[in-house]
Amino acid sequence: MFDFSIVTDWINNLLGGFMPSWLVTVIECIGIGIGLLLVYALLALFYIYYERKLCAAFQCRLGPNRVGPLGLLQSFADMFKILIKELISLEKTDKFLFALAPYLVIIASMLAFAVLPWGKGLQIIDFNIGIFFLIAVSSIGVLGILLAGWSSNNKFTLIGAMRSGAQMVSYELSIGLSVLTMVAFAGTMSITGIVEAQNNLWFIFSGHIPAIIAFVIYMIAGTAETNRGPFDLPEAESELTAGYHTEYSGIHFGFFYLAEYLNLFIVSGVASLLFFGGWMPFHVPGWDGFNHVMDYIPGVVWFIGKAFALSFIIIWFKWTFPRLRIDQLLSLEWKYLLPINLVNLVLMVLVIVSGFHF
Amino acid sequence: MISLAIFGIQNNAMLAVVGLLTGVGLVALAMWLAGLISPRSFNAQKGEAYECGIPTRGESMSRFSVGYYLFAILFLMFDVETVFLFPWAVRVRELGVDGLLSIGVFFGVLVLGLIYAWRKGALEWK
Repeated sequence: MFDFSIVTDWINNLLGGFMPSWLVTVIECIGIGIGLLLVYALLALFYIYYERKLCAAFQCRLGPNRVGPLGLLQSFADMFKILIKELISLEKTDKFLFALAPYLVIIASMLAFAVLPWGKGLQIIDFNIGIFFLIAVSSIGVLGILLAGWSSNNKFTLIGAMRSGAQMVSYELSIGLSVLTMVAFAGTMSITGIVEAQNNLWFIFSGHIPAIIAFVIYMIAGTAETNRGPFDLPEAESELTAGYHTEYSGIHFGFFYLAEYLNLFIVSGVASLLFFGGWMPFHVPGWDGFNHVMDYIPGVVWFIGKAFALSFIIIWFKWTFPRLRIDQLLSLEWKYLLPINLVNLVLMVLVIVSGFHF
Repeated sequence: MISLAIFGIQNNAMLAVVGLLTGVGLVALAMWLAGLISPRSFNAQKGEAYECGIPTRGESMSRFSVGYYLFAILFLMFDVETVFLFPWAVRVRELGVDGLLSIGVFFGVLVLGLIYAWRKGALEWK
């Protein structure tokens, strides 16, 4: 398993050779920032392409195929087009909150993004309460959405924001509880700890039934949390124009757009971290030769591969299920997912206490 | 356990600030670029709300269903519950059966709350 801390330590020592240590730290922090920014932007643009290509495939279309090879540059062109569009300032909006809302959404997603484990020694923020930090920052996003709808002074956006608020807030419970189930199983909240604990076998296999139930609930709640798929009624285009971001134009809209796709990546990244071992290769206890072969595939490839595969499932949801009504949505969460989740938590604790796991 | 911290930086709060500043930087960069290349023109019609082509009628800050409020209250109850459960979840392996029993009481009260809300019809969308 390649350890990225070798690289980072080498850079650290190289810079430390001729610089005071505070300057080294500053330069490293700037490097981290630039790296995050680049990966964030590239990944969001790639995700837009990925989603469009997949949705085209589901509908027997070709999808973007003109700009660049296989249409790969399409989302760059789109983002450039968004940049050259005018930022229209509306009359009756609350100017400050109106501008703040997209910033909040994007900053929240950036913070959550910085927590993801990309590989061994390649994780930016590694609190000992990492997963808790992740839940905390990702819930800032809902504030941005509520503010966007409220400050736009438009009936559509207000309804969209209220729906979105109710939905995200409700489904956050399910995310929290399924994360809690896995935290109980891992015995730690540190993301490195959770990944390291899956060295022998991924949690979805070692935690068997309760882990699988938690995974299914997490995927449903994650889809709802990103306002996607069958749960996209905050932006139900047939009734609410574009929901909470109806009034946004230019790059302000671009921020919502980027953050939405990045949130898709974050949700699938967290799912892969909690259930499929993050950057940890697929190991089977006892099969040393097999494990050794798996170790040759770098952790970054494992992590990104798992995240893309899980995003594929979430995108698949979108093109498979029809949109839910608000009452169906809330009763799904409060009458089904939440009680199942509570029972599942107890089941998981029983499994842990009795030692009936792999 | 070896340190896996990036660049050996142990101060995670600082890294969180770096993440925050990166977000702010992304916003600032994009806004600066947009300000540089996006056009500016004034037209009174542009300032109107995008609803259906004709001017908006009535107050936009209309009343909305009280149901949202109910769900927000319920969310608060259960979210705080989750926060309380996290420290217990980390230690559940060591606590064993004792931990299970003691959290059972806490859990029972919350489930009673959910049942109460359910029976009262707070989970019905009206």
